[in-house]
Amino acid sequence: MTVDRPSPAESGPGAVRTRLKPGEQRWKSFGQTRVGSVIVRAFSTNGAWIFLLLIALMAVFSFLAPGKFLTEFNVRSMAENVAVLLVIAVGETFVMATGGIDLSVGYVLLFSGVTSAQVMNWGGKDPTNSGWDIVILGLVVALGSGFAWGVLNGLIVAKAKVPALIATLGTLGMSWGLAEILSNGQDLRYLPKIIADMGADRVIFNKVPVVVIVAVCFAIAGAVILGLTKFGRYTLAIGSNQEAARRAGVNVDRHLVSVYALSGTLAGFAGFMSLAIFTTTTISGHANDNLQAIAAVVIGGTSLLGGVATIAGTTIGVCIPMVLFSGFTILGYQSFWRDVAVGAVLVLAVYADQLRRRRRQRG
Amino acid sequence: MADPLLQARGIFKSYGHVEALRGCDFEVYPNEIVALIGDNGAGKSTLIKILAGTEQADKGEVFLDGQVIHVGSPFEAMRLGIETVYQDLALAPDLDGSANLYLGRELMRPGLLGKLGFLDNRAMRAGARKAFGELGVDLQNAQSAVANLSGGQRQSVAVARSVAWASKVVFLDEPTAALGVVQTARVLETVKRIRDRGVAAVLISHNMRQVLEIADRIEVLRLGRRVARFDRKGATIEQLVSAMTGGVAEEGVA
Repeated sequence: MTVDRPSPAESGPGAVRTRLKPGEQRWKSFGQTRVGSVIVRAFSTNGAWIFLLLIALMAVFSFLAPGKFLTEFNVRSMAENVAVLLVIAVGETFVMATGGIDLSVGYVLLFSGVTSAQVMNWGGKDPTNSGWDIVILGLVVALGSGFAWGVLNGLIVAKAKVPALIATLGTLGMSWGLAEILSNGQDLRYLPKIIADMGADRVIFNKVPVVVIVAVCFAIAGAVILGLTKFGRYTLAIGSNQEAARRAGVNVDRHLVSVYALSGTLAGFAGFMSLAIFTTTTISGHANDNLQAIAAVVIGGTSLLGGVATIAGTTIGVCIPMVLFSGFTILGYQSFWRDVAVGAVLVLAVYADQLRRRRRQRG
Repeated sequence: MADPLLQARGIFKSYGHVEALRGCDFEVYPNEIVALIGDNGAGKSTLIKILAGTEQADKGEVFLDGQVIHVGSPFEAMRLGIETVYQDLALAPDLDGSANLYLGRELMRPGLLGKLGFLDNRAMRAGARKAFGELGVDLQNAQSAVANLSGGQRQSVAVARSVAWASKVVFLDEPTAALGVVQTARVLETVKRIRDRGVAAVLISHNMRQVLEIADRIEVLRLGRRVARFDRKGATIEQLVSAMTGGVAEEGVA
């Protein structure tokens, strides 16, 4: 007789489970060494696999397009292009770690960019030569706009108990519509020179763009908060079992509002970064930001059900679509192949997550 | 007999038109294991939830050490030294044993880092090893997510979590319902150790033989009220079932 699932009685410590298959034993003792446990844990999440995938993709494109793909110029432009996305993906990781989703990030980004640019253009003055005071005011407005949308998302999800998918779809529409109304659908093109200087052209160490440094700092800060602090622990605990967190005395509602507020604020900052990079509000340029951010988070191994998430994974998840895009473009394929490939990777990532969960439930 | 450690008097609770508790009384004495039994829908789980702060009573009073207490939230219950092991475990399956043990009571790094919200994972892991060790729970890989553990180990983590923090009473809602023979024995052993540590344990169970084996005292609920109290000595399964079902048991048991 073949039995797939041992009955509870059989799975007791005295019974079947104490006997390990030979392979399992070896794997386990390896996993108990210090280095081994780190490696085993890394590979038991999506993280390490997709890191290998990223390396493999870069190797393939370098091989197929020698001297074109892995050039300083191309790497730099890829890094610049993912910087804004990385910042909103960090916030999205926290939201998805709680088991939620934030569809509104791309349009909150847009809204924040529009309000920030408008404040800096206040009174119809040409802000090109305005000083740091105006720039900082613009930054505060961008952060404040994002924060406000984030708090609204959080309140709708945590207090009104509207599912996150619908709540943030609603604020997506609202922030998009309001951004169009406030700007009359016209891009604002006049921004302080200081901001434009901080954008794509400014580099550190002669090579690395400031926006990339800033985005990486956000990613590192996000990783530290998620991995080492109480805020991160509660985020994962809520995503893992909201009821358990509540019973353990965690103020779940307040924490959820904070997490959505964090995501909104990061989207607001990303809006400001976008102003710096493109020196305009790019109203039509953020239609897919939300889905790209979500795809990056999921590819990075964050579970759709919450409870499992890493910022390192998200960072790789942001890079893979960019590498595909750049690679296909350099090889002369239509860049839409990226969308095809990203779609496939996305489905595979979620499938891997499902497999992992199913295997775990059996154990 | 000593004064009750925890006492509920005249508790009412309804959900819409359903009256779950209708003037229910309940007592727990220091250093005892008391079993709370009753048929499905008798109100056992509701009573536990009210005493543990996850639900609020419509009417009635709760006393701890003779003082009226108001248990407005699970957090308040914990502060009073009352812990609960829920039927559905209430663990965060993606976190490891130590993270679960300290959930809501995290140890922070000393100094500035702690103020910034940094966790002291090393101290928590050491504390967890000690707490699990005290209960004879063997977690080979303490850093493994709870979901990767066997059902019995998971239950042990849930029990250890409650016991580690309880100073007065631990409620256990069907702690062995999903367990095999060996694991059940281990959990019951743990319940006895709770008592030996000077903490009262309240056990909800449907298993009459188990109840008679482990409980010092038995309280029976029926239709939202306490209908009988037994001392373990002298109580029989027939008596218990009869009290639970209101007399018609004589034919039902056989």
